[in-house]
Amino acid sequence: MGQAKGKVVSVNESLVGVENTEGSVMNGEVAYIIIDGGKRLKSEVIDVKPGKLVYLQVFEDTSWMRVGDVVEFTGLPLSVKLGPGILGTVTDGLQNPLYELAKEAWFLERGMVVDPLDTKTKWHFTPKVKKGDSVSGSSILGSVPEKLFTHKIFVPFSFQDEYTIYSIAEEGDYSVNDTIATIKDESGNTINLTMVFDWPVKQPMPFHQRSVPTETLPTGMRILDALFPIAYGGTACSPGPFGAGKTVLQHSIAKHSRADVVIIAACGERAGEAVEVFKDFPELIDPRTGKSLMDRTYIVGNTSSMPVAAREASVYMATAVGEYYRKQGLNVLILADSTSRWAQALRETSGRKEEIPGPEAFPMYISTLISAFYDRAGVEILPDGTKSSLSIIGTISPAGGNFDEPVTQATLLSTGAFLGLSRELSDARKYPAIDRIDSSSQYPSLITADEVMFLKNLLKEGKTISSNLLLMGERGITNEAYITYQKSELLDAVFLQQNSFHPIDGVTAPDRLRMMFDMIKHIIDSPVHIETKEDIRSHFNFLRQAFIDWNNLKLDDSNFENQKAKIVNLVKQKAHAKENV
Amino acid sequence: MLRKTYENIDSIGRAILTIEAKDVHNKELAEVIYPDGKKAFAQVIALNGNKVTLQLFGGGFGVSTDCKIRFLGHPVQVGFSDDMLGRVYAGNGEPIDGGPQLTSDMTRVAGPSINPVKRLIPKNMIRTGVPMIDVFNTLVRSQKIPIFARAGEPYNRLLANVATQTDADVIIIGGVGLKYDEYHYFKERIEEAGSKSKTIMFIHTHRDSIVEGLMVPDLALAVGERFALQGKNVFVLLSDMTQWSDYLRQVANAQDQIPANQGYPGDLYSQLASRYEKAADIEDSGSLTILGVTTMDDVTHPVPDNTGYITEGQFFMKDGYLELFGSLSRLKQQVNDKTRDDHRGIMNAMARLLSEAEERVKAQKFGSVKDDYSLRLLDYRKTFQRELMDPFRYLELEEALDLCWDILANHFKKEEVGLASNLVEKYWPEKGKFKILKAEYL
Repeated sequence: MGQAKGKVVSVNESLVGVENTEGSVMNGEVAYIIIDGGKRLKSEVIDVKPGKLVYLQVFEDTSWMRVGDVVEFTGLPLSVKLGPGILGTVTDGLQNPLYELAKEAWFLERGMVVDPLDTKTKWHFTPKVKKGDSVSGSSILGSVPEKLFTHKIFVPFSFQDEYTIYSIAEEGDYSVNDTIATIKDESGNTINLTMVFDWPVKQPMPFHQRSVPTETLPTGMRILDALFPIAYGGTACSPGPFGAGKTVLQHSIAKHSRADVVIIAACGERAGEAVEVFKDFPELIDPRTGKSLMDRTYIVGNTSSMPVAAREASVYMATAVGEYYRKQGLNVLILADSTSRWAQALRETSGRKEEIPGPEAFPMYISTLISAFYDRAGVEILPDGTKSSLSIIGTISPAGGNFDEPVTQATLLSTGAFLGLSRELSDARKYPAIDRIDSSSQYPSLITADEVMFLKNLLKEGKTISSNLLLMGERGITNEAYITYQKSELLDAVFLQQNSFHPIDGVTAPDRLRMMFDMIKHIIDSPVHIETKEDIRSHFNFLRQAFIDWNNLKLDDSNFENQKAKIVNLVKQKAHAKENV
Repeated sequence: MLRKTYENIDSIGRAILTIEAKDVHNKELAEVIYPDGKKAFAQVIALNGNKVTLQLFGGGFGVSTDCKIRFLGHPVQVGFSDDMLGRVYAGNGEPIDGGPQLTSDMTRVAGPSINPVKRLIPKNMIRTGVPMIDVFNTLVRSQKIPIFARAGEPYNRLLANVATQTDADVIIIGGVGLKYDEYHYFKERIEEAGSKSKTIMFIHTHRDSIVEGLMVPDLALAVGERFALQGKNVFVLLSDMTQWSDYLRQVANAQDQIPANQGYPGDLYSQLASRYEKAADIEDSGSLTILGVTTMDDVTHPVPDNTGYITEGQFFMKDGYLELFGSLSRLKQQVNDKTRDDHRGIMNAMARLLSEAEERVKAQKFGSVKDDYSLRLLDYRKTFQRELMDPFRYLELEEALDLCWDILANHFKKEEVGLASNLVEKYWPEKGKFKILKAEYL
């Protein structure tokens, strides 16, 4: 293994043809192309053709490569290093830590190599097994504290046989490369284990026992938590045209969602957006833990100007890390922004390989890859009975904002919640611009199913009346219909719309959501006795104003109850026709 | 170093040439030597065994099978020095203003991207004096943002205005597919504004080959990036990236690439992104801001569509106005809470009311708009357009904000505008005491 060699025979951007001159080659293995006096460019075998011809996709810029350049095959698939020290870091799509790379150069120069996990940090290891214990793949050897969690140290998941502990490190401080255990297999061979092991990123980690997503994952966004919820272990997609607020939505979920670990896969998107996260998050305190938000976050940044072939790697790497923290017993949330860029990277490579193209020149197999990706999310029941989960929310950037394209369509079939972003709503500044009528979710909401129906029905009714209004004007509809319309507009304005940038309105905890829902339901249920449309509109303007002022107050603000009473009074004033005279 | 010269040209296309050669590097620069001794540049774009594919900077017309190709042993480079300020170059890097060539401190073109951790979160507002920009879609240092407009709108005038009205240290104009008069306009405008000594122009006009046009953004950005690393705040203007994309499509087509949407290559997004992403606010250093132009008829066309996903917003220009809807500055949230306390609130309120008014415009066509509130909304819309949407009206941000309050108070009651009560109390002008809005319109 690892002895195979070859030489470059063709170069076409990131696709390089190689003649395999020595040893055997495996599809999917990693190879290095040695160029320009020793720079090693990482690449992956993506095709093996007749005549010992092998195609590589190169994860770096192929400038200055020559026909005849030497290729070394590693025999190993593209892998991620799993162990303590991942949380709080920022890496590129191949797990190179960006802060470490920055010590060497301003620019992301090719062929730079840095250890994925910090090898200097000492972790305080507490053993859980003793000499003579029998173990197998994914048995727990001990643990170290990592940020907010106890990080379990496993026997590598890929180990198939039964082993006995030959030696185990005493409690103490070790770095990730120190041997912490030696195990013996049945034939008596010893194997040294560290706190770190490799996992092939494209291979889903097997579930110990898989369960189904049934519990709401609160995000702090009212429109999601009430109408289109996400679940622990569930999947969701948010397609939308540019400028409809996909990124703001993702950032808000990254900050406020009640997951234990959040992994952000910035795949082929703007560098600036990833920068906002990894420069802001360390400063932000997570109110639920009292610690920096960055402590629960891991960012994979393969941004749009980084090598295209590594986009795919970045998505899979994020997923493998997510699965690993699920094995740790945690609730993990992956935000993949954007899966379309990954699909486009596949399209570029497929085009260079001259494969017969599918719709919009995407490769035929795109739908299979997408569904297999979302299938890696799920609820897992671990050997000790702990329930843990991996949820995935993927954004999609459909060409022209048209959802009828291959990536959106394939994703809709594979995900449990659909958060369709609308340009119409974002133009009207109705954020989050998630389509109130067309979006959907199969997961349970923080309010009851009947309450969800109640809101959805009012929104539908409001929409119908609004189109009548457009056709016939205010005088063309009854006061009753006009009041229903105003109620649905109010529901939208004060409950569904939310200012992500406001410190208080930007995040709504489940108990406050309930309180707000009860209030809005009270308003909707209360009769309104007003004679003219002008006065109806004015009444609802005052209500909206009062409600927004209330939304902007902290729960413990001295004015909070007063403001609430003000809304109730406004409702009461107009609820009885005669008293009003 | 003496480089080997090859004579056995295989094929010549509109922009592509193939030849048998050995020991050639991917992306190496080469010279096409004509029988009469004239020279033109070409760049290696693909290798297959001994077959080398070259992109011809001067196009394929007039290249003959008895031309020779000499590989130069280095990639495409551009000179870099302060002496370049005030100069004009073509898309192949040659001066077209009669001045001396670029030879000092050659720098790589289309280099790798800057490590994201070296980027700063953009936090500095650029005051342009254009109300639609400063109030509604604030421009921020290091932003990459194009103007979306139909061909023929005054986008180049706005581009030049913004660049010269701000405090940029260096302005680099990358002109792709310019008409001669557009080139001339830029030159004059920069001179009038007294900015010539801080401006460098890379110009490709319609008489030049498309490959040179493709090179322009890379040259402009490579030079801009060097200035930014020296601590300068650099503005790069790129006009027009739709034509640039069209050249990309032509070259991809000549290479028999499988087209994705409307004939554009599948990597259009990545190609545009690798240029626009050069915009950055760099730690302990300067910044690079990109203002582009994307001509378009329809925003769902592949070029504006892909651009919108890459850039940090866009300014949408239509019928000579800067539109509110369709325009966006993704970075405005980084700065508009540090200007004046009413900035965000009034921006949102004005937009929401305008959106309500737009609905009434539709309804008006059915003859159903008769109520007083709707009529006031329609009046408001007219005032908004006249007072705020002119891209060439100059107002300081604070004046523009005051003007917004004037307009609101002129058309609405306090409770109709949906603004937080404390702001209304602080800024609501009494009738007849408007600060900016002229009486003749009341």
